[in-house]
Amino acid sequence: MSSPCRASLILLAFILLAGCDREKRGMTHEPKPETMAFVPSGDPRASDYENNAFQMSQGQRLFMWMNCVGCHAHGGGGMGPPLMDDKWRYGGRMEDIVYTILNGRPNGMPPFKGRLTEQQAWQLASYVRSLSAQPRQDVLYSRSDEMSITEPATLKERNAIMNEPPAPGHGPGK
Amino acid sequence: MRRRLLLPIPLFVLVSGCAGIQSVSDDAGRESGLIWSLFVLFGIVTAIFYVAVIAFLIAAYWRRGGSNQDGLPDEGGVTRERSLRTAFFLWTGAVIGSLSLLALASYFTDRGLASVNPENKPMVGIDLVANQWWWDVRYHYDDPSQNIRTANEIHLPAGVPAMISLKSNDVIHSFWVPNLAGKQDLIPGRINDIVLMPRRIGHYRAQCAEYCGLQHAHMALDVIVESPADFQRWEAAQRQPAPAPATPLAQAGYAYVTSRECSTCHNIAGTNANGTVAPDLTHVAGRRTIAAGTLPMNRAGLYAWIADPQGAKPGNNMPTVGLNADELHAVAAYLETLK
Repeated sequence: MSSPCRASLILLAFILLAGCDREKRGMTHEPKPETMAFVPSGDPRASDYENNAFQMSQGQRLFMWMNCVGCHAHGGGGMGPPLMDDKWRYGGRMEDIVYTILNGRPNGMPPFKGRLTEQQAWQLASYVRSLSAQPRQDVLYSRSDEMSITEPATLKERNAIMNEPPAPGHGPGK
Repeated sequence: MRRRLLLPIPLFVLVSGCAGIQSVSDDAGRESGLIWSLFVLFGIVTAIFYVAVIAFLIAAYWRRGGSNQDGLPDEGGVTRERSLRTAFFLWTGAVIGSLSLLALASYFTDRGLASVNPENKPMVGIDLVANQWWWDVRYHYDDPSQNIRTANEIHLPAGVPAMISLKSNDVIHSFWVPNLAGKQDLIPGRINDIVLMPRRIGHYRAQCAEYCGLQHAHMALDVIVESPADFQRWEAAQRQPAPAPATPLAQAGYAYVTSRECSTCHNIAGTNANGTVAPDLTHVAGRRTIAAGTLPMNRAGLYAWIADPQGAKPGNNMPTVGLNADELHAVAAYLETLK
């Protein structure tokens, strides 16, 4: 193939590439996801929020704004349990995390129902799961908003989710 | 012929942009006056040279018709060369002279812009924090209890310089009140500043002048320049906490706003609503616009904004809370009382 022909083919490929949307933002969020009754297992909203970089980065903003950092730090934990490891006391699926955020948990996790919208809880859950690199690689952010010395989420090993409560002496603060 | 008549129309359209509340051809501020004078001078000088060059080109074109074809020097060659030489020296002199004039004018304008507060008057201190896509405004005083917080609107006393510290919480924005001064960027992680010296009372419009995301165009800031006495009245009113709701409907709105989603992000001084990540609503009904110039501040605007913020300004950080009709009526009625 002659080189002008090849060059124009490559150019055409680039032009076509511009037509590829990475994802839909869904910021006007049609009534479907938000007014639905909460489904504790296998909620169809989970993948909408988890596989969407925009929703995840909104979750990252909310994580700072709502002072989640105050107890959980930037995933490393403090007063609250760490969120970047593979231990999930109350379940590590999207639905479990949304339930935890909205209804609270014993020993300090406050309920945010009526304070955050469900959409915001889903966005937060998406970000929380990104701390242990659970979502898809192409959705994860390559850089955190905060100053950070940990490696980017895109380079992290994905940890298998363990739902057993931590062994004694393995909890936060130890 | 018709086409030639239509030619000036785009010019008129451009000129019509040079008037009103958002215009660079205004001397309402000391800086914008200096910049506009320099612009006019540049316009005049470059226009003279443009006309001269075009006239020369046309003359050269006409002259070409009389040139000889045989390659021999023509009769009037010597005198023509002499007059050409004179013209050449005149032209070079004019270029050097006018470039020096423009350089001098630029220098003095720049010095004028650099001496921001020549009379060393006490300045109004304002922190302006840009967010996607709204402006957080804080007035600072020696006594911190006198500080004022508002959003998307700044008031300035005429004849008093105002020192504005510019910060950003997310991406790079740019602060630009064309009627008062030039642009200055707001950069996350650092503090820029700009001093405004408003001279004429009026209402002006500032606009984010650095593309900052989806709703960059809906990031306006109302600038109200008023007499020092009016400004002091405004300051005193802003320091008051929000008035207590009087009607049952407004009371229901108060109960909702201070206990539910609204209070997580918004602050209303004197109530339990003390969020810090969204515009301060203490005197929201006294402002001119909602959501940084997106909607006018009236009952219709409030309803439209509260019921469907993502429809009015897609992508902004106010979520659709999903109020029912009763709650919507109550919340709008309460916010209307926050003058």
